[in-house]
Amino acid sequence: MSRVTLFSICASTALLLYILEMVRRRRLREEYSILWLAGSVVILVLSLKQDWLVGLARAAGIAYPPSFLFLIGILFILLILIHFSIAISKLHQMNKKMAQEIALMKSNRQDHERGT
Amino acid sequence: MLSYFAALDTPREKGSPSMCSGSPRVLVAIPAYREAKAIGKVVSAILNKFPYDVLVVNDGSPDRTADVAREAGATVLDMPCNLGIGGAVQTGFLYARDRGYDVVVRIDGDGQHEIEDIPNVLEPILAGRADAVIGSRFLGETEYRGSIPRIFGIRFFRFLVNVTTGYRVSDPTSGFFAINRSLIEFYSHHYPSDYPEVDAYILMHRLKARAVEVPVRMYERVEGKSSITAFQAVYYMVKVTLSYLINCLRRFG
Repeated sequence: MSRVTLFSICASTALLLYILEMVRRRRLREEYSILWLAGSVVILVLSLKQDWLVGLARAAGIAYPPSFLFLIGILFILLILIHFSIAISKLHQMNKKMAQEIALMKSNRQDHERGT
Repeated sequence: MLSYFAALDTPREKGSPSMCSGSPRVLVAIPAYREAKAIGKVVSAILNKFPYDVLVVNDGSPDRTADVAREAGATVLDMPCNLGIGGAVQTGFLYARDRGYDVVVRIDGDGQHEIEDIPNVLEPILAGRADAVIGSRFLGETEYRGSIPRIFGIRFFRFLVNVTTGYRVSDPTSGFFAINRSLIEFYSHHYPSDYPEVDAYILMHRLKARAVEVPVRMYERVEGKSSITAFQAVYYMVKVTLSYLINCLRRFG
């Protein structure tokens, strides 16, 4: 087993455990953990199953198999970031709606207090 | 003097049903951020001259904008945080929708828009000839002189709006406009966030709204600083163009 494989096994196992622990402690919501978990599982499996990795790398035209692992890692990071951008946009929308509701409610209450 | 940029013979039965009973209720909505110096004059001038209700949407200003507007006699909506111009204007539409107003006129709170022109902007809607009326600083005798990048931007958006919607519009970034009940309801749900005016055209086009331009007077800013600095101009162009083009692809139900 090469050193790079050993490293990727350790790293992905640590990531997997850390994410699971965060979810268990409710510091990370399940919906945001899915992509992290999937990414670390895929990398872990490919690190353990060398022949799968070599086969996939060859199919993708990559001569040095561990590069394929990096590629997978980068793709997952990209996906996660897009997911975050979407989540932020959703929060932004909710935030706007709430601010508008609050402003309208404040004005309603003032009308009420004036007795109209 | 009117420049029609939508076919007026568009088959549309809607007209203005709510206006049949009594005189239409008009709301002048003014989004304001850090306008404590100018807003009072604008509000009291409108209330003195016209029978319209005035709503100031204070977009989380840290200064006395809300107090000044309230003292001048306006209804004030106090946003708990700064939402940006689009969010503030939309809050005005929500208020108008909930309170049953027939027409909303939106003007700036800094005194750039000539309030004497409000009746001209209202007239085509009250007459049932248009769903949206946009005040243009380039029609009629214009006193307006903008900076070169601003004029370039306006030309560009003019072209963009014309190519994609067919509306022939002289002042696509005008923040002085009036809309009727059906657009109030639509914009309560869908209104662009940052720089809404250009984007709003694609929405109007989708609704097959009849939009009309009338000449209005606009002045250089007296108080406060412009919401758009030189650096933001590029961002503005890119952002508006992007959201405009994406709006072309969107579906509205």
